Amino acid sequence: MDSLMTFLEMGGYARFVWPAYGLVAVVTIGLLLVSLRTLRSRERALTMLQEQSPGRRGRRRDK
Amino acid sequence: MQRLANPAQFLRLSKQLQPWLAAASVLLIGAGLYFALLVSPADYQQGQTVRIMYVHVPSAWLGMVGYSTMALASAVGLIWKHPLADLVAKAAAPIGASFTFLCLATGSLWGKPMWGTWWAWDARLTSMLILLFLYLGYMALQSAFDDPSRGARASAILALAGFINVPVIKFSVDWWKTLHQPASLLKVSGPAIHPAMLTPLLLMVTGFTCFFVVVLLIRVRSEIIASKIRAIRLTQIHGTREEPLADHAVG
Repeated sequence: MDSLMTFLEMGGYARFVWPAYGLVAVVTIGLLLVSLRTLRSRERALTMLQEQSPGRRGRRRDK
Repeated sequence: MQRLANPAQFLRLSKQLQPWLAAASVLLIGAGLYFALLVSPADYQQGQTVRIMYVHVPSAWLGMVGYSTMALASAVGLIWKHPLADLVAKAAAPIGASFTFLCLATGSLWGKPMWGTWWAWDARLTSMLILLFLYLGYMALQSAFDDPSRGARASAILALAGFINVPVIKFSVDWWKTLHQPASLLKVSGPAIHPAMLTPLLLMVTGFTCFFVVVLLIRVRSEIIASKIRAIRLTQIHGTREEPLADHAVG
């Protein structure tokens, strides 16, 4: 337990080291999730549009 | 390169690559965190704050890689009028901007305990802040046009003009007196850093680079789909049967 506390204290610099790591985690994971969500919603929108115009269906090469 | 230029080929290849890159990124960053936080020693001058380096340096690297990707893709888009290149440039901008922001923020958190200040108007810090503004200007300019191809052209010119800032950032620590320490990794004489710190740093840099490529591929796919949606909507409005932008771009 003591060693965990020492680790978390970061030699007295905990309030600089942990926010730096936390911020990087939040921004990178956030960026990934936002990018994935945009991709999914655009994929859905494209599928819907293609179903509305049946003439285009035959050309769906990359699905 | 020529084959990659075909959006259909690109989509297929990117779907194949993505799981491998994602796995590599998780493994490398996982191992990097283990070494960075638990194994590597504290610095004899900077104490435990040196651990901020392991997230600060990859962020700075990707801030510049992001901009270089954007500038290169913009050049290809301008010269060869390749629609996929414009989409790559557009997709890279928010990722590079995020990492540039992280570089500035983690640098600030490192600067306060070590330099005694959150911020200084010195060459390295200021040129990095300019990089962030270039990204923001690029994204604003791109969305300012109704016609995406005109937006891509205008913002590509901005991206290329701003590229001059990238070597300025890199060499700012040599050209001007600055608080920031000089390069430790990309030096002619080889890395000037102890292996105990070099290992976690390289793991984090490669892991973050894999992550960058994964997010870039996701965003490019997303942009290709958006351009198809736009083409279909235009067809519906005009009643003509135009090919979607991304479909006839075989180089």
